[in-house]
Amino acid sequence: MDLFLQQLVNGLSLGALYALIAVGYTVVYGIVQLINFAHGEIFMVGAFGAYTTWMLMGAPASLSVGIALGVVLPAMLLGGIVTSVTVALLMERLAYRPLRSAPRLAPLISAIGISIALQEAVRLFYGRIPGFPDSRRAIPFPVIEGITGRTVQFGGLTIQYSALFTLGALAVCTVLLWWFVNKTRMGRAMQATSQDADTSRLMGINVDRAIATAFAVGAALAAVAGLAHGLRYNNIDPLMGFLSGLKAFTAAVLGGIGNINGAVVGGLTLGVVEAMATTFIPGQFGSSAWKDVWAFVLLILVLVFRPQGLLGAKVVDRA
Amino acid sequence: MTIHRRAVLAGFAGVAATITLSGCGSRTATTTTTGESTAGSGSTGAASGNVAKIGFIAPLSGGLSAMGTGMRNSVDLAIKQANESGAIPGWTLELVAEDDQGQPDPGRNAATKLAGDSDIVGVVGPLNSSVGQAIQPVLDAATIALVSPANTNPTLTKGADLANPQRAYASYFRTCTTDAVQGPFAAQYLLDNGFTQVATVHDKKAYGQGLVEAFTTAFTEGGGTVVAAETINPDDKDYSAVITKVAASSPAALYYGGEYPNAGPLSQQMKASGLNVPLMGGDGLYDAAYIELAGSTSDGDLATSVGAPTDSLPSAQAFVDAYDAGGYAEGYSAYGMYAYDAANAIIEALKVSLADADAAEGAREATVEALNDVDFEGASGRVAFDEFGDSVSRVLTVYKVTGGEWVADTTQDFQGS
Repeated sequence: MDLFLQQLVNGLSLGALYALIAVGYTVVYGIVQLINFAHGEIFMVGAFGAYTTWMLMGAPASLSVGIALGVVLPAMLLGGIVTSVTVALLMERLAYRPLRSAPRLAPLISAIGISIALQEAVRLFYGRIPGFPDSRRAIPFPVIEGITGRTVQFGGLTIQYSALFTLGALAVCTVLLWWFVNKTRMGRAMQATSQDADTSRLMGINVDRAIATAFAVGAALAAVAGLAHGLRYNNIDPLMGFLSGLKAFTAAVLGGIGNINGAVVGGLTLGVVEAMATTFIPGQFGSSAWKDVWAFVLLILVLVFRPQGLLGAKVVDRA
Repeated sequence: MTIHRRAVLAGFAGVAATITLSGCGSRTATTTTTGESTAGSGSTGAASGNVAKIGFIAPLSGGLSAMGTGMRNSVDLAIKQANESGAIPGWTLELVAEDDQGQPDPGRNAATKLAGDSDIVGVVGPLNSSVGQAIQPVLDAATIALVSPANTNPTLTKGADLANPQRAYASYFRTCTTDAVQGPFAAQYLLDNGFTQVATVHDKKAYGQGLVEAFTTAFTEGGGTVVAAETINPDDKDYSAVITKVAASSPAALYYGGEYPNAGPLSQQMKASGLNVPLMGGDGLYDAAYIELAGSTSDGDLATSVGAPTDSLPSAQAFVDAYDAGGYAEGYSAYGMYAYDAANAIIEALKVSLADADAAEGAREATVEALNDVDFEGASGRVAFDEFGDSVSRVLTVYKVTGGEWVADTTQDFQGS
């Protein structure tokens, strides 16, 4: 039983990371029907933004828990969000907006191009900034007193503070996002744009701004995920967005792309399936080598029997 | 429209699945530290100004670049010293360094490029056994000698069937010991120190799997029990599910087959999740970067590495002094000394093969033959090759993380396997 609960916790905290990234895929898809394949790199840029903020603060180490959690961590979070949002807005303006009326494959190829460009830019140039570590290999993430390496015990369960941070961040972000989309003018403008961009424009909605906001919201959540990743795995590298991005995209499709709640459910499901498959599938197909296979078997089954995803897409079709 | 979109989504998901399962893609990039050949314009005979090039393949970017750059600098040092002392009269040696990013495909491209350069007489590298497997056939077809300072997978020299060893490629040599020695050496160390219940994890690459297999055989024969055998995906960052599964079998230590980019985070996550047992691995862990990635909880972790500790050998000290005087930006890393010896082995062979050669290309076969007879005192000890191309030296050392540094624990001339 302990083993089951422990794997559930492992899976949920991994899934929370997927979910935070998956929201970005789903929000953008919901509004412009674009699979933003560069979103994994926005996540990576967020982690590097948080790290850069820490470096700019003079790489503070061995602080009291109060300062680490009250000053350093919020500053890193803010730095990561600002970096991710800036890069995402630039990307939207330069790579996607000019292609908005182009055939659907054009922005997709543009997205793949941006993804490679961002990876390589960070890989090759980040380490050239004087005083910064070589980014061609994994960079150890700063130790944040009060989180890094701390655990809490529940009976036989061990839960890392960093896992709690990720789960907490997901909960807070989901509530804020729900409030933003449903209760604010801009959120409602985004919903209207996703239903019918032309009519929205006729109603006086600034469609360009609504779309840019969708990119910014997704990027902010990806930056939170980037920081959570750094805290949890203690290192970041320029290629970290690739696999995480693919998994998060899978989670978005699993939950029903275009549906924000679906992204959260899909992310958590994917994480839990990976963790459970490692332990509870007997025989040679149950080893950790097969966890990705089971995760994708689940995806294929969902797509066969419920093509709209677990919670179903809320996108209105324009045919 | 709806159906069409669903089909597109399913297609993407399929692509995503394929890419994820087949592992991360690879990028090709090459770095050439020397420029184009400056010599060879119609020169005949052994006139001064004849150029022979020594190729080099190792990860110069990516997670393992700390090891790769140290190796490149060490080869560069050996070549500079040979040129300064005029080791081969009438010939100047040049280094052509290529980046394999630790991946077989870029490695194969680099090998093809080197094989196409008629001035290349020998190649030092690569770091990874999996890359070694990929580039051996390419270089062997062009009869170019390949001397690896770091490939430890036994099949590279003795062929796939280790019970009936047969030399795989006549042109392949190595200056380090193999996993067939390293794995049993680690098993012996753990048994001697009272660890009888051990879990194993490897990264499914040639090096990691070979190491764990050799370890497991020796460990069970020595009376130990492997309580769990797992693998990880080298592209993954989250090992918590594997750790939980391993922890359920209460091992006294974990033996890991793989390299520090995964091993460091694995150790960190293992200890953070409450499994406080030492992680032991092979030479792929023996780098300062491991401790950086594993963090402060890595104290007590163990790694075996080839040879004796650098500071205990006078010959090694001479290498370290020359390296420091060379003004290289990066450290010489775990394999610097072996790369230096590998380059010098080729240079020794070239003394024979280039002596009456007109062009570098014609000397390739003679170089391979001469390597079989090379025997000299290198930085790491005696450098000579047996009938399979393996190093005759079998000295190994266990290093232990103590106070955030690798400290030599036990050095032994291991003849156990």
